[in-house]
Amino acid sequence: MNILHPKRSRTGVALRRGLAASCWCAFLLAVTVLVFARRAAPAQQSSPTPGMDNASSGNAENGKKIFVSDGCYECHGREGQGSTATGGTRIGPPQIPLEGFVSYVRQPALRMPPYTTKAMPDKDLADIYAFLKTIPLPPQGKDIPLLNK
Amino acid sequence: MAKLKKVAVDRRNFLKSAAAGAAVLAANPGTVAAQQAELRRNDPLTMSPKVETGISSNVEVLTADRTGSDFMVDVIKSLGFEYVCANPGSSFRGLQESIINYGGNKNPEFLTCCHEESAVAMAHGYAKVEGKPLLVLAHGTVGVQHASMGIYDAYCDRVPVYIILGNIIDETKRMPGVEWTHSVQDAAAMVRDFTKWDDLPISLEHFAESTVRAYKIAMTPPTLPVVIVADGELQENPIPADAKFHIPKLVRAVPPVGDTGAVAEAARLLVAAENPVILADRAARTPAGLAHLIELAEALQASVVDLGGRMNFPTRHPLNQTERNRALVAAADVILGLEVGDFYGATHSYRDQMSGRTFHSITRPDAKLISIYANDLYIKSNYQDFERYTEVDLPIAADAEATLPSLTEAVKHLINDDRKRAFQARGAKLAAAHQKALEEARDAAAFAWDASPISTARLSAELWAQIRDLDWSLVSETSFVSRWPQRLWSFDKHYQFIGGAGGYGEGYGAPAAVGAALANRKYGRLSVNIQKDGDLMYAPGVLWTAAHHKIPLLSVMHNNRAYHQEVMHVEIMAARHSRGISNCNIGTSITAPNIDYASLARSMGVHGEGPISDPKDLGPAIRRALDVVKQGEPALIDVVTQPR
Repeated sequence: MNILHPKRSRTGVALRRGLAASCWCAFLLAVTVLVFARRAAPAQQSSPTPGMDNASSGNAENGKKIFVSDGCYECHGREGQGSTATGGTRIGPPQIPLEGFVSYVRQPALRMPPYTTKAMPDKDLADIYAFLKTIPLPPQGKDIPLLNK
Repeated sequence: MAKLKKVAVDRRNFLKSAAAGAAVLAANPGTVAAQQAELRRNDPLTMSPKVETGISSNVEVLTADRTGSDFMVDVIKSLGFEYVCANPGSSFRGLQESIINYGGNKNPEFLTCCHEESAVAMAHGYAKVEGKPLLVLAHGTVGVQHASMGIYDAYCDRVPVYIILGNIIDETKRMPGVEWTHSVQDAAAMVRDFTKWDDLPISLEHFAESTVRAYKIAMTPPTLPVVIVADGELQENPIPADAKFHIPKLVRAVPPVGDTGAVAEAARLLVAAENPVILADRAARTPAGLAHLIELAEALQASVVDLGGRMNFPTRHPLNQTERNRALVAAADVILGLEVGDFYGATHSYRDQMSGRTFHSITRPDAKLISIYANDLYIKSNYQDFERYTEVDLPIAADAEATLPSLTEAVKHLINDDRKRAFQARGAKLAAAHQKALEEARDAAAFAWDASPISTARLSAELWAQIRDLDWSLVSETSFVSRWPQRLWSFDKHYQFIGGAGGYGEGYGAPAAVGAALANRKYGRLSVNIQKDGDLMYAPGVLWTAAHHKIPLLSVMHNNRAYHQEVMHVEIMAARHSRGISNCNIGTSITAPNIDYASLARSMGVHGEGPISDPKDLGPAIRRALDVVKQGEPALIDVVTQPR
């Protein structure tokens, strides 16, 4: 699963190499579409969509496998840390409810490809969401000496 | 008397200079016959000269003290080339021999390259640090075909690369076999769409004039690649020892400066603006360009967004608002684009979905767009690197770096006390926003900090910790590592960043880094290269070139074991078709087997260490590699990384 977001659209780049060359700025727009507050409280557990398992029932171990096998990590990183190069938003840990997460995957804004239930069943998304929920928040940048040079 | 040439390959210099030949024979009547007798003794397979050439040996001139290629070297030296990069080729054998023997292999020094594309990319990287070209030699056929991608990159990146192609025009002088397949009617034709100028001189005087002219053309903004074809006959035919050919003096054209009235209008718009944004792409051709941009930005207290084509603006300058790019562009009332390759993309959003590839302007309806762009003075048709047409309100066809001083002067002239107060208030807000962006970048870098594979943020931070107190130069692009160096490091010198390939052609990165490191060597700078794995595998032989010529360079592999860009494109298609999203590694991954880049480096005489996948091991490995680089040698660390 890729959650691509809008990018500064250098046309030629986009057609050939563009997902990396200028997507750093895409992040700025992406966050206007899908807000993941950096240090928000842990995601609320919303009511799942009809027929979908609750996130708490998702299988995190399976979700981790799917996150890699279905290519989510390509844009979002293996721990969902996101990348300005790909435009993949930070989703680990998720800061929106499962329902919003699924809704966005099905009908993404701008450049992220849409993933249908045929390509990615609700159960897989619930598992991925459960995996992302296991990822702890890191310390703040100011608390990591190497980041304060 | 020069050395004897083998009779079997002599096909050019007999009877070319009757007077010179007669003089040689008169002076040494027995020498030629004796040399040929010696040759026959040593090489029983060599036929007699008469059988081989149909010409009796007693009238042949087999040596010459001076040839056309010696004079070509005089011309080349007059232009100040420090190095010549080449994979050897017989079509320029005369020139090569003259460079290393007649020219003393100094200015230029011959550097052995394992691929013509690498030779051009080395020249590309070198020029962006040194501000002038080095010379590339290549076959006019197979050589330029290999070189073409590198030339295209340099063309798109507006970099002066200087190429001389060997060729044999006169078919009656070609050896049977390979020399025919290595000859061509119009050697420069296949790269003419993406070079600025070329010529095929037919005399030495013509060579001198065109070679000097080509240098001037290449260095006049927009700076671009040029090609000269050096005919084999012209290289190898003897010239009288006392021959005097004129070498024209190199004169440099003054870069095109913006029209005075247009510059004044741009200044008026900028001074009156409440939210001006300066977009800088390939703006700073030289260190002066960086200084000029700082002066303009500070005069206006305006936001600067560095689009990364060059090192345009210090990353820790309070007016550097690169991380807020799109939001600033959306809010701007005046946008000044300085050598922006894709102004349209910078001011529009793009959606790549089944329902259509659509663009939408992100600027305010009342926003005024100004561009200063040398490419408005020079454009070609076939290759489409010129990007989409942009409705700029005030397009100034000129070189941005050359125009900035007059623009800044005009701006300063218009600033009154009211505007000065407004600018100061704006500057304070921008400084706060800059600091906030830096803190946000550090917080973002903390995510996946201890992950394995290693995050690109961690890689960049570990690297910065080791080099920050040294005189360093990052000689690789950063878009593929999420621009972490610009987000975390302090760049303030022009040579500390050189932009990217231009044409987005893989295979540029490693040789361009070596070429840039070559330029940095004489200044004692530490050259650092964050090296993509897929890029290195195009032509890894450049590692050997670095080792052979003792070019100090620290390469840290960004080994994500895939062509991740392409994985994502395939993923988009698979998702669009609701099928096979787990198959997108097919044709895009670089695994099974994983490539051992440390061993690859060591096999070519480069210090190699890794693979490193635990972030705790990275810092010590960088320190060990730095110890090698400080001794003047290249080193490579293989780091297994996250995708971006």
